[in-house]
Amino acid sequence: MDTKNIMIVGVGGQGSLLASKLLGKLLVDEGYDVKVSEVHGMSQRGGSVVTYVRFGDKVYSPVIEDGEADFIVSFEKIEAARYVKQLSKDGTVIVNTQEIDPMPVIIGAAEYPKDVLTEMKDKGVNVDAIDALSLATQAGSAKASNIVLMGRLAKYFDIPYEKWINAIENSVKPQFIEMNKKAFELGYYC
Amino acid sequence: MKKLLIGNAAIARGLYEGGCSLISSYPGTPSTEITEEFAKFSDTYCEWAPNEKVAMETAFGAALQGKRSACCMKHVGLNVAADPLFTMSYTGVNAGLVICVADDPGMHSSQNEQDSRHYAIASKIPMLEPSDSEECLEFAKLAFEISENFDTPVFIKTCTRVAHSQSIVEIGERTEVTKEYAKNGAKYIMMPGNAIKRHPFVEERTKALTEYADTSGINRIEKADNAEFGIITSSTSYQYVKEVFGDSVSVLKLGMVNPLPINLIKDFAKLVNKIYVVEELDPIIENHCKSIGVDVIGREVFSILGEFSQKSIAKAFNIQDKYSVDLDTQIPVRPPMMCAGCPHRGMYYVLARNKVTVLGDIGCYTLGAQPPLCALDSTLCMGASVSSIHGFNKAGGTETEQKTVCVIGDSTFMHSGVTGLINIAYNMSNSTVIILDNSITGMTGHQQNPTTGYSIKGDPAGKINLEDLCHSVGINSVRVVDPYNLDECEKVLKEELNKNEPSVIISRRPCVLLKYVKPKTPLKVNTDKCKGCKKCMKFGCPAISFKDGHAKVDTTLCIGCEVCKQLCAFDAFESEVK
Repeated sequence: MDTKNIMIVGVGGQGSLLASKLLGKLLVDEGYDVKVSEVHGMSQRGGSVVTYVRFGDKVYSPVIEDGEADFIVSFEKIEAARYVKQLSKDGTVIVNTQEIDPMPVIIGAAEYPKDVLTEMKDKGVNVDAIDALSLATQAGSAKASNIVLMGRLAKYFDIPYEKWINAIENSVKPQFIEMNKKAFELGYYC
Repeated sequence: MKKLLIGNAAIARGLYEGGCSLISSYPGTPSTEITEEFAKFSDTYCEWAPNEKVAMETAFGAALQGKRSACCMKHVGLNVAADPLFTMSYTGVNAGLVICVADDPGMHSSQNEQDSRHYAIASKIPMLEPSDSEECLEFAKLAFEISENFDTPVFIKTCTRVAHSQSIVEIGERTEVTKEYAKNGAKYIMMPGNAIKRHPFVEERTKALTEYADTSGINRIEKADNAEFGIITSSTSYQYVKEVFGDSVSVLKLGMVNPLPINLIKDFAKLVNKIYVVEELDPIIENHCKSIGVDVIGREVFSILGEFSQKSIAKAFNIQDKYSVDLDTQIPVRPPMMCAGCPHRGMYYVLARNKVTVLGDIGCYTLGAQPPLCALDSTLCMGASVSSIHGFNKAGGTETEQKTVCVIGDSTFMHSGVTGLINIAYNMSNSTVIILDNSITGMTGHQQNPTTGYSIKGDPAGKINLEDLCHSVGINSVRVVDPYNLDECEKVLKEELNKNEPSVIISRRPCVLLKYVKPKTPLKVNTDKCKGCKKCMKFGCPAISFKDGHAKVDTTLCIGCEVCKQLCAFDAFESEVK
């Protein structure tokens, strides 16, 4: 199988680490060669963060470049637009419609771009937009947006539903399993 | 058992399996997780040292005593540890000694992009360079063998993309190794009469290691039939080369980058018509090839700056760009910033309001340089704030002394700020040093340090009292302020700046991300009272934005520090009643 590329992007502190941990574990269990790459450090302080997940028969590079991502899973609206140049021709952007103002917007030096999803669609990008924050809150915690989005991503894969659930059970603390399973379900079926 | 591990965790596993009994390190991105992961093993010793020099000397001592040991640091940390490094090359080791160093091409989290391979060459110490997590584990184990067989410390060098990328590794068993300690002054007392006899040993050792590089298999040729050209590469660059070319070109993959092989490179040159060298940062392999008479292409087509990727390699070979969407909308940048409720922000606000010159240092608080606070004037390296304010004030005189401070974190102060403070006390400048004490090593992800009272494993440990330490080196005026109290900070700042003696202000409040710091009720804005003057926006708190003519608090971010309340002339910030 050719290498498949998934990017997880968002704002530092939104839980991309758990999402990539879950994906990585699942894909290793499925028997793929897997590489997951992220940059720690500065990015934890509310900055823009990106994680690369690559899997296939044999994966070499740990990074995903322009035009290579099969999926971009974005935890925040304009972060999807920031990284969309890395999407492949037939790729899909799964995006949480939540808006988080970056510092230039907070201090009034820039405007929050409102219509990026429309512009992406106009340029032929497959955009799958969901309100992951509301769904996560419905599941029991605003912090579970990451798992809602993983549920949405799962729809595009042939991997059985139960295997994703197993991966969740093995990646989160026992007291949060039920809530995260609910979040995953809401993302999958919304 | 197969596991998906980041390179750093794989190095920790490899060191553990290789019988490592002690690690002493100072945290630094992207090296930190090696030590953190190693601390999780119960049958070994692991610690945070105050700085990299102390860490390296601690590891040296343990190896001398007879236990396999290691120390880990980022590239700039190796500058701090360079003094013991060069002479450890002469003494060699008893039990194996491994130095892990992580470079940061692209400067994701660093102040420069120096290439650590120069240190291996200069100190004549072998350096292994893994290209993925599997090699991280293998090379860490192998490093101890090389260390003992050749009587030398051994480097394992990574970069951000190897240190922080996860790939699959096979977990193995641990081997225990213990050597007897025997007094051997000729080998371990490096005074001139002894050192002069050790230098020839070092030169012979390099020859032996070069033969090892040629023959051991750590450097390997991957031959492709009918290949147009060949590529010499190592580290993550190898992965990019394979991503672009697969098995269609011949590759000399280097796992050991010091000393570099000679015969193997010459043999490789016979196999191909043309050779490219693909290496990030400085042209070290390239210059070596040229020095042994092998013609190669390197910096003519590849950049000396930043990280590579499959894209940059493809571009260098004129392989066409892939399809890519371009949006017309400009997306505003999203830089990292100090968190909502960060205790550093209050002190920075006071400094900015008083238009004080601020010599800065390395840590989360370097983020105070950004708008809207723009509170810093310089940042150089760990500890430099305290040493350079002394020079700044000596050069500028009384007028400068009265409007200049330096800021340094608690961990950075313990690392190398205290020596600068000793200089201020000894050579008498009226400098004002502000220690931003958030009671943790923040930027690298919350590591304990000598002022926190806890060890790397979270057990109670010795606790250095900052006030006593400052007093003891000769600073009479040591004041402690709460950075959430702006008036107090301003009053103490003005008093200390005007004193005719050196002083230390300890701005003390724990990092809001620490588990024991419980957030208070978030504030809200009373829009009847808010006049839209935007004074609170000058504070740069990410929880406060300006919407529809009024300030607005993001209650998911606000931790109720209430500093914004002190800024507002109209009492518009109110505690939410639950």
